[in-house]
Amino acid sequence: MSESGLVATTWQKLRTGDLGVLPVAVVLVLIGLVFQVLNPHFLSADNLVNLTQQSAATGVIALGVVLTLHVGQIDLSVGAVSGLAAAVVAVGSVQLGWPLWLAVLAALAVGVLVGSIYAALHTRLAVPSFVFTLAGLLVITGLQMRVLGPTGSVNLPFEWWLVRFCQTAFLAPATSWAIVALVVAGYAAGRATDRIRRVRAELPVAPLWEVVARVVALAALLSVVVAYLGTNRGVGAVFALFVGLVALTDLLLRRTRWGRSVRAVGGDAEAARKAGVPVRRVFVSAFVACSTLAALGGVLAVGRLAAANQGSGAGDTNLTAIAAAVIGGTSLFGGRGSAWSALVGILVVQSISTGLTLLNLDQSARLVVTGLVLAVAVTIDALQRRAREA
Amino acid sequence: MTVVDGPVLALRGVSKSYGAARALVDVDLQVHAHEVVAVIGDNGAGKSTLVGALTGALVPDEGEVLVDGSPVTLSDPSVARGLGIAAVFQDLALCANLDVVENLYLGHEAQRGLLLDEVTMEKHAWELLNQLAARVPSVRVPVAALSGGQRQAVAIARSLLGEPRVIVLDEPTAALGLRQTAEFLTLVERLRERGHGVLLTSHSLADVQAVADRIVVLRLGRTNGEFDAARTSYEELLAAVTGIQR
Ligand SMILES: Nc1ncnc2c1ncn2[C@@H]1O[C@H](COP(=O)(O)OP(=O)(O)OP(=O)(O)O)[C@@H](O)[C@H]1O
Ligand SMILES: [Mg+2]
Repeated sequence: MSESGLVATTWQKLRTGDLGVLPVAVVLVLIGLVFQVLNPHFLSADNLVNLTQQSAATGVIALGVVLTLHVGQIDLSVGAVSGLAAAVVAVGSVQLGWPLWLAVLAALAVGVLVGSIYAALHTRLAVPSFVFTLAGLLVITGLQMRVLGPTGSVNLPFEWWLVRFCQTAFLAPATSWAIVALVVAGYAAGRATDRIRRVRAELPVAPLWEVVARVVALAALLSVVVAYLGTNRGVGAVFALFVGLVALTDLLLRRTRWGRSVRAVGGDAEAARKAGVPVRRVFVSAFVACSTLAALGGVLAVGRLAAANQGSGAGDTNLTAIAAAVIGGTSLFGGRGSAWSALVGILVVQSISTGLTLLNLDQSARLVVTGLVLAVAVTIDALQRRAREA
Repeated sequence: MTVVDGPVLALRGVSKSYGAARALVDVDLQVHAHEVVAVIGDNGAGKSTLVGALTGALVPDEGEVLVDGSPVTLSDPSVARGLGIAAVFQDLALCANLDVVENLYLGHEAQRGLLLDEVTMEKHAWELLNQLAARVPSVRVPVAALSGGQRQAVAIARSLLGEPRVIVLDEPTAALGLRQTAEFLTLVERLRERGHGVLLTSHSLADVQAVADRIVVLRLGRTNGEFDAARTSYEELLAAVTGIQR
């Protein structure tokens, strides 16, 4: 392909959104560089470790939002669900004396229950999801207040495993490097077998250098991250859990029957039904997964703050999680996006927040800037949709 | 394929209304193995509704759907598919955001272990499309990027997957070019030779006369005569479709 041809195809892919999360990842790097110029502490290993640790809980919630957006729906109550889950963990374990694991399970069960109710409302009564999840937001916030009781705040002891896991647990360097080696080897093996099978089946294959380049790029990216964060405290356990969940969701979305049904239903639910996709079950799985991930995000937040209060999961968390999913490039129109948009999106939002804080700007600046970025992301989403239809 | 006398797929006394609009009224219909049945009728005659009732896309208000002579409830297209009835809908029922291979195998994906087997699916996709002489630039482009005729070819190819016993096609040639229509009609004949039952609806009396064994005319939701394709003239069919007696 000639150089101008390459530029033209890349531009076309950019216009239609076929480059996936890549453009947003570039934006993330640019944001990092800008803040680094404004404040030399921004790209320090210490700050980046903090940034990753702060992203995990809300990132997990954003991952759930990515799933509902994929089926063309939205859950506006994820923040409230995370807050209720946090309250259940804290009140259950501290005030009622349940074992901590039981309190965590109960919190996740709350997520499953809420998601099931939403799914039933959507599939049986065909109520639009933004309406009943908005109602759910109010109801669940009320329940959260009720669970927390008159004091409105419950603290967790610092020595509990959940708190240690979310605050002070980091992967040992050997573990981090072992994971990097395994992931790169697994990726390379997957690509190689795929290529061999395609050659045998006489199907077109990507040039070998492209495969090698991808593997090298992945190895380089992971190594740089692990090495750089390793100069400080390393990769946090909770961040590793988040990235692991994103990778797993990505695999499920792209390489399994379930993932394909999810994208089909998000693209055209009626066509998917006629093609034999169990549309109801797909909606149920998406709503339940979303609320359960929201609850898990609440559990991680309670560990990170070592406390649950009435502010847990309120306003901020909700909007940040939904904004992150959209900023990361998952379409509001359904059927398009990537699990990785939860990771890239939350890192963008968190970088803006941390960067502005380092510049001594307050909450108000943070809200305005994040809001503007979200507006840009939604506009791009709409323009890309139009470009695809043209 | 088991050889059964009598129809593989049949409707008995089927009616369907949309509010006050009566789309089908007391319709009887049979499709045998080794047979091509054409259903013709004007716009709004009830052809698509009939196809829906045969393929589980909608459930009739009254009457029965019979498979091998026994009544079945086709609550969903996947149920019909499980009984060996494949469909090409007038709206094609393709997901524009998925690529050709993904659409062909939607709901019936090939797997290797727990993961999808893209290689097998892609290979087979080319074979299916070649049967129809369908030209698509790549089987990995989203269906949104295909022309109307290419999309129709994809929808037809999808109905051939998994050797269904009866294939029901709603206006399959409406968007096809001359060559693709010819290939399609040959394919229909091949399907009949292989023992499939085929039911198709059409506006093109020429296509219908070329390929059908029996022609059923629908008019305002009722059957308005059944004709032997070999012994019926264009004028007779036209009169039955329009209801104008000469
Ligand atoms: N979803 C619906 N809601 C209300 N009325 C409907 C619906 N679908 C079909 N109808 C009505 O039922 C009648 C039969 O429609 P149908 O789509 O079966 O006709 P058709 O023979 O397929 O027409 P065409 O040749 O235009 O495809 C029409 O009068 C139509 O207006
Ligand atoms: Mg029709």
